[in-house]
Amino acid sequence: MPDTMTFTKKELRVVGTRPVRPDGVPKVTGLARFGADYSLPGMLWGRILRSPHAHARIRSIDTSKAQALRGVKAVMTSADLPEQKFEYVGPERVAVNFWHMTRSVMAREKVLFEGHPVAAVAATSKTIAEEALGLIEVDYEVLPHVIDVEDAMKPDAPLLFEDMITRGIEPAPDRPSNISKRIELKIGDVEAGFAAADEIVESSFKTAPVHQGYIEPQACLARFDTDGQAELWASSQGHFVIRALSARLLGMDIGNLRVYPAEIGGGFGGKNVPYVEPVALVLARKSGHPVKIVLSREEVFKGCGPAAGSIMTVKIGIKKDGRIVAAAGVFKFQAGAVPGSPVMNACMCAFSPYDIPNVRSVGYDVVSNRPKTAAYRAPGSPISAYAVESVIDMAAARISMDPLQFRLKNVAKPGTPTVWGPKHAHEGFAETIRALMQHPAYTTPLNKNQGRGVAAGYWFNNGGESSAAVHINEDGTVLVATGSSDLSGTRASLAMMAAETLGVEFDKVRPTVADTASIGYGHLSAGSRTTFATGIAVVEACKKVIGNLCARAAMIWDVNAEDVVWDGGCARYTGKKSGEFEPLSLKAIAVKKSVTGGPIVAEVSVNAGGVAPGFAAELCDVEVDPETGAVKVLRFVTAQDVGRAIHPSYVEGQLQGGAAQGIGWALNEEYIYDEAGRLTNAGFLDYRVPVASDLPRIETVLVEVPNPNHPFGVKGVGEANIVPSLAAVANAVSRAIGQRMTELPMSPPKILKAMNGGR
Amino acid sequence: MRYEAPRTLEAALALLSSANGQARVLAGGTDLLIGMRAGHVAPELLVDVKGITEMTSILAENGGFRLGAAVTCMDLVEHEAFAKAWPGVIDAVKLIGSIQVKGRATVGGNLCNASPAADSVPAMIAADASVSIAGPNGKREERIENFTTGPGKTALAKGEIVTSFLLPRRLPHSGDAYLRFTPRTEMDIAVVGAGVNLALDDGGVCRQARVSLGAVAERALLVPEAAAALIGSKVDAAALERLAAAASAACRPIDDKRGTREFRIKIAGVMARRAAEIALARARETS
Amino acid sequence: MTKHHVTTTVNGDAVEFLCEAHETLLEVLRDGLGLTGTKEGCGTGDCGACSVTIDGRVVCSCLVLGVEAEGKAIQTIEGMAAGTRLHPLQRKFLEHAGLQCGICTPGILVAARSLLERNPDPTEEEVRYWLAGNLCRCTGYNKIIDAVLDAAREMRGADHA
Repeated sequence: MPDTMTFTKKELRVVGTRPVRPDGVPKVTGLARFGADYSLPGMLWGRILRSPHAHARIRSIDTSKAQALRGVKAVMTSADLPEQKFEYVGPERVAVNFWHMTRSVMAREKVLFEGHPVAAVAATSKTIAEEALGLIEVDYEVLPHVIDVEDAMKPDAPLLFEDMITRGIEPAPDRPSNISKRIELKIGDVEAGFAAADEIVESSFKTAPVHQGYIEPQACLARFDTDGQAELWASSQGHFVIRALSARLLGMDIGNLRVYPAEIGGGFGGKNVPYVEPVALVLARKSGHPVKIVLSREEVFKGCGPAAGSIMTVKIGIKKDGRIVAAAGVFKFQAGAVPGSPVMNACMCAFSPYDIPNVRSVGYDVVSNRPKTAAYRAPGSPISAYAVESVIDMAAARISMDPLQFRLKNVAKPGTPTVWGPKHAHEGFAETIRALMQHPAYTTPLNKNQGRGVAAGYWFNNGGESSAAVHINEDGTVLVATGSSDLSGTRASLAMMAAETLGVEFDKVRPTVADTASIGYGHLSAGSRTTFATGIAVVEACKKVIGNLCARAAMIWDVNAEDVVWDGGCARYTGKKSGEFEPLSLKAIAVKKSVTGGPIVAEVSVNAGGVAPGFAAELCDVEVDPETGAVKVLRFVTAQDVGRAIHPSYVEGQLQGGAAQGIGWALNEEYIYDEAGRLTNAGFLDYRVPVASDLPRIETVLVEVPNPNHPFGVKGVGEANIVPSLAAVANAVSRAIGQRMTELPMSPPKILKAMNGGR
Repeated sequence: MRYEAPRTLEAALALLSSANGQARVLAGGTDLLIGMRAGHVAPELLVDVKGITEMTSILAENGGFRLGAAVTCMDLVEHEAFAKAWPGVIDAVKLIGSIQVKGRATVGGNLCNASPAADSVPAMIAADASVSIAGPNGKREERIENFTTGPGKTALAKGEIVTSFLLPRRLPHSGDAYLRFTPRTEMDIAVVGAGVNLALDDGGVCRQARVSLGAVAERALLVPEAAAALIGSKVDAAALERLAAAASAACRPIDDKRGTREFRIKIAGVMARRAAEIALARARETS
Repeated sequence: MTKHHVTTTVNGDAVEFLCEAHETLLEVLRDGLGLTGTKEGCGTGDCGACSVTIDGRVVCSCLVLGVEAEGKAIQTIEGMAAGTRLHPLQRKFLEHAGLQCGICTPGILVAARSLLERNPDPTEEEVRYWLAGNLCRCTGYNKIIDAVLDAAREMRGADHA
């Protein structure tokens, strides 16, 4: 990344204000087009046939009757997708294996979970497509299945992959198992640390898989020309990634696939990978017609990754004065039917908020007959934070220390080593905890049956590949194009940074999310990276444009370009030449573009480094009904170090949304399976996300400790907020009922049972 | 699938009796359309009864109310006289789904869907409502507590439909209430529901009571033992405890995704007691 | 399969359409009439994204058959702005950042308008309960509630109260 990127402390005109987002009006008038809102002439409807079994071998698939149905234009199975090499590609933390990915999109030898796609059809109407699915004959040999982590880890468990040898164990085990991977991260001498501790606190925890719960089901529209070129309209967190993965899965050139970003109706990590896109492309290729696929809510729950469930044990050793001297955690994560849970993130983030000399985190990635897990807001970190922050709370109580004071005493600072190697390099953790301590909520008295919980949490945030183009229009207005999909208002934050840099009004800058043929590569809108990394690309492109504008001003004035600076939205002459050199505004230069060199455009691509982590601390007050175990969340305060809030309203919204999802995770959300391994609550009626009347106002505290590596100090805001939420609620409930709750969700039957001494 | 929207009851009955395959009555459709989409039901004929005046009216009758089976929940909630007379029925009807669902869903549909967890049914049982049924062999009346026979099963014979409910005249110093337990504040199916309707004499002694529980058995239960705990008492703490114990004792629930057996049994007593307290307060407020 | 001929009004304009008996009003609006502002989030009446009003009553259009629209007046999100003038709720949602991804927004606006027509001065709790059938996964509802309450205030002409 460019080394010129340093945080500026200047007075800012646009950054920090709250303008209306440029893409707002179509979203309140119903005219914004989301994934399901695109149509083309001659379009077919695609539908996917899914496995009714949790685990079965596919003996054969006969599609002939479906193919023969009038109105059916194409039928596909995994035979229409090329086989992929078995290898893990990319950094360990987010490694991809296309052998598994193609099988996730369409089952091959076996179905591995209820809802696993086995075939798909494209027909002239939804009704015909549905009828055709019923005509596809799949001969299954039903196999024993396994749903939960503990069961899947047993030596006699049914195996999803008969040849899977656990990675990360030396020497390698000689027998296959459902444990895909073991990870161990450590610093110091953990045994010596515990030996030196005055108190040791240990507990085990369990969390259920939860769904991201985006309101828009996956949807796309594909067309495929006979010359091999294709177009795809897709709702995703990254159309460049969808393009790359879809092209790979179809065995086509990336250059032959153009992906247009639809508006995306929520993702939270769940729309980072393709589900329907490769299927629609194959059906379009086979039929010669455009094909639209829109999933049902049931398909979303059954087929498109929840976040992992877990079982965990965490132990910490402390001195009497509250210093943590040793910590150990074992984190066993459900990966679903394909290896790749975020257990490594969990191991890395677990103890990261704290300065602990001796730490060991051990993680297991375990497959079972559930849908493949997908990323969900700070993937992995909220889960391990739930266990760690619960034990921290128990430890603080053990020595009768204020729980925030206890955390502050142990908080990580620049120079504190992380369990994965590098030292922490940024401020902000202590500031965030202090901000929460100073919030009036922290000292408000509680009543009977009420409890207050606090927790803290760490998230990496991310940088990476982004592109931006800045076009100066001939009337002085500005177009900012990026390749980053906008989930929540990033068009606004990017345009604000451009307006600030260029010195023009916000409404003179029009941002757009460009398709894959119209801008350089942009990675996912994930990892809290867009305003940070794409923001850097935008600012760099603006600076490049400014250089160009200054050169043109010099040409107009006939002076040396080195004597022209950009200030306050104008080119200004700073040299010694005499004469009239009234500052030239962007508009004044723009109108002369044709005589000063033509179009004024700059495009910049970056691979942004300099990431600063996110840190959040939260407070939750609850009241528990002693007769029913029902929990009412009375108050919730979330404090997060955001670096710099470009658009404070949208940043507050991120904090509120993360907290609300965390509350749902803590209290009611879970995947419930029956004996046959079938999901029994694949709908919003029984998969209980919080509704408006369930929640209190969520109070936000924006802590701004700027990231020195970003032109405006941005750290990233999308994820850290959910990391402490589960633990904050759990600590509140535990304190309200005087019993430690060690299992999520803390549904009323579990709480009532705990209150009644386990009966 | 055929769709018909008759304007008279007779026409509706004729359609139903002449149907070749499965025929279904369409009122609010909030259960039926979901079932059709999921492929659980595939009717050959839908008979939309919302155009039949007597099924969509709320009328005074014998000092009570004649409530059309196809009256929507929102229409009922907004009917001031009914809401004043039967606040417990309104408690229940207000809990049938979201505002959007209540704009379509009907009390008749809630009954005929025959879910053990239907909210309006325990409240209507407690209210001592009766059900008017019309069919190819004429009209008949049924006690509401006898109407549902099991999950998805009713006392309706082929070709019969529920046309209306009759809610009796209110006694002096009487009140009703319905409470349910759900994990969320809204949008859930009852884990347990309890309807209580009671009448006091001038001295504040409970002279009549009906208690009904939902979601604790294969159908909503009328629990006379629970009512007996109140009758003759001033609905004091001891009577309420007896009520709670009797309510819990009457439960024969299952474990499912919405709640465990033991949880339902415990909560049934709590809900019945709390509903009785609300009903008592309402009875004391009415002349 | 014979299709039904349905005559109705959508956003005040007379509309005729043909539909099969099993087609929902949501499908008719989106796939037949091209009014894709009404969203499908669940198809089972649990999320409220498909909220429209029929004769003034807010309903989930996924739980209404197209044929049932005969003779009715349908209002969708596309009819909420008066020509070029946004409804106060639409403006307040923009001002208060009452949307993030925007997929639930049309349904919430339709439902909120229906609330304010009945109750011009709702409490926060009343707004929360009225909107309980409209799921939003992005915002935690805070700013939605703020927007509705502020719009109500403006519509009552109580700006300076």
